Amino acid sequence: MGKKKETAVVLSQERIGAGIMSLWLQTKEIAKEAAPGQFVSVYCKDGTRLLPRPISLCEIDRENKRLRLVYRIAGKGTEEFSHLAAGDSVDLLGPLGNGFPIQEGKALIVGGGIGVPPMLELARTLPGEKVLVMGYRDETYLEEELRNAGPLLLATEDGSKGTKGTVLDAIRENSVKADVLYACGPTPMLRALKAYAGETGMEAWISMEEKMACGIGACLACVCQSAGVDEHSQVKNKRVCKEGPVFNAREVEL
Amino acid sequence: MNLGVNLAGVQLKNPVMTASGTFGSGVEYSEFVDLNRLGAVVTKGVANVPWPGNPTPRIAEVTGGMLNAIGLQNPGIETFCKRDIPFLKQFDTKIIVNVCGKTTEEYLEVVERLSDEPVDMLEINISCPNVKEGGIAFGQNPCSVEEITKAVKKKARQPVIMKLSPNVTDITETARAAEAGGADVVSLINTLTGMKIDIHRRTFALANQTGGLSGPAVKPVAVRMVYQVSHAVKVPVIGMGGILTAEDAIEFLLAGASAVAVGTANFHNPSATLDIVRGIEEYMERYGMEQISDIRLR
Repeated sequence: MGKKKETAVVLSQERIGAGIMSLWLQTKEIAKEAAPGQFVSVYCKDGTRLLPRPISLCEIDRENKRLRLVYRIAGKGTEEFSHLAAGDSVDLLGPLGNGFPIQEGKALIVGGGIGVPPMLELARTLPGEKVLVMGYRDETYLEEELRNAGPLLLATEDGSKGTKGTVLDAIRENSVKADVLYACGPTPMLRALKAYAGETGMEAWISMEEKMACGIGACLACVCQSAGVDEHSQVKNKRVCKEGPVFNAREVEL
Repeated sequence: MNLGVNLAGVQLKNPVMTASGTFGSGVEYSEFVDLNRLGAVVTKGVANVPWPGNPTPRIAEVTGGMLNAIGLQNPGIETFCKRDIPFLKQFDTKIIVNVCGKTTEEYLEVVERLSDEPVDMLEINISCPNVKEGGIAFGQNPCSVEEITKAVKKKARQPVIMKLSPNVTDITETARAAEAGGADVVSLINTLTGMKIDIHRRTFALANQTGGLSGPAVKPVAVRMVYQVSHAVKVPVIGMGGILTAEDAIEFLLAGASAVAVGTANFHNPSATLDIVRGIEEYMERYGMEQISDIRLR
């Protein structure tokens, strides 16, 4: 699988929630090679912002070589991206990272906050039985697309939709049972899910996030703590951009 | 037209190398860069044993640059010799190994371990601002610079580059000390110590609180220092600090550098090094220059 740096063309962009943007891109090659759970590095046009922004893949249209990125405006770089309009060009490097392994058995697909987008492509791709549990602070987004991908449970902190509380509250309230857990979201959520998977004997695959510079495994900025000594680093560190972003929950310390 | 440069008897096919710590040992970037086209690959710093590095976040972007506090995470010299040197030997480029340590003994252990390895030069990192012991502690005092240079020179089988810190009052003093200690080449600048505070979280952007500033923001400081040092010492100077383009690299050559290293630019453009080689060629063609040494101030 080759990573490529290329210039993609914006097909459309819209705001789908408070500070949440949905961007469809026409790529030359990247989408053809991409898999759920991978990400792309997106480069700013403003030369004072040197580092690419890693953004997960929300939908992959391999046939038409299109990618959908759903991201939150979190700083000046993503603010710049939010102004991209149809016809504009944007430089990408990708696809990066390992992506989710496709395992047999009933899947529990969990996303929280801005960890929701990569779970959509996974849910669309996983062939077997599945249930989706998505957690939000208040306003939901991508709800219709998620519902089309499988049975969907919601959790909101303010109780405006679904279970009032966390994704784990929703899982418990609905007595969700599954064989494999896939998750992306804030660290406290991943920590709770890792513990829950341990208690219930589920295999758990979690997607991690860390500040990145190169995005390809050279700079060692984006490491996470691993349970054992990593073969590449020779210490208890794994590169989120290279060995990850998806790890078996047993491999990493949260 | 000849882009070759000679550094302490080592003949490089062109003056463009990678800056330590930004390019690993070249494995990852070899997907984007034909390593055969580089003057040299300078590896990430390697110590006698594996180092875990600093807690995260280890990097933060700032206007026109970035701060890093990786903390010299490295797999240790044994793994490096078994895995990274054989990888680099597949390419027709020079191998420069950056060496780090907490004590003189640790530096020497790595230098001795490399004595029979097929590497072309050693770059001694006495200027890392992100580790508590070693690194910059050796690089800020002219006496200790001279001492460690002497100690390394006594053991080293390859030409020695001393990498200098800009976090000093007068960089020509540490450059002269390195030369007096027997350094074959000096390289500069390492990063400038900086800090970023997140005003919304009201905490430091880096877990290490401080980090090394690199990128275009440091370039004018680096060009000035390369100019000063190249007039203060007779040994060749490798210039670096914020080189993004061929124009930037040429500025360093005009300031007196014999070769240049490209660091942060790799994150911004994975093929930056090759674009710079090409740009230097075009510049020489445009001005009818035959060799790199023709790139000098009037």
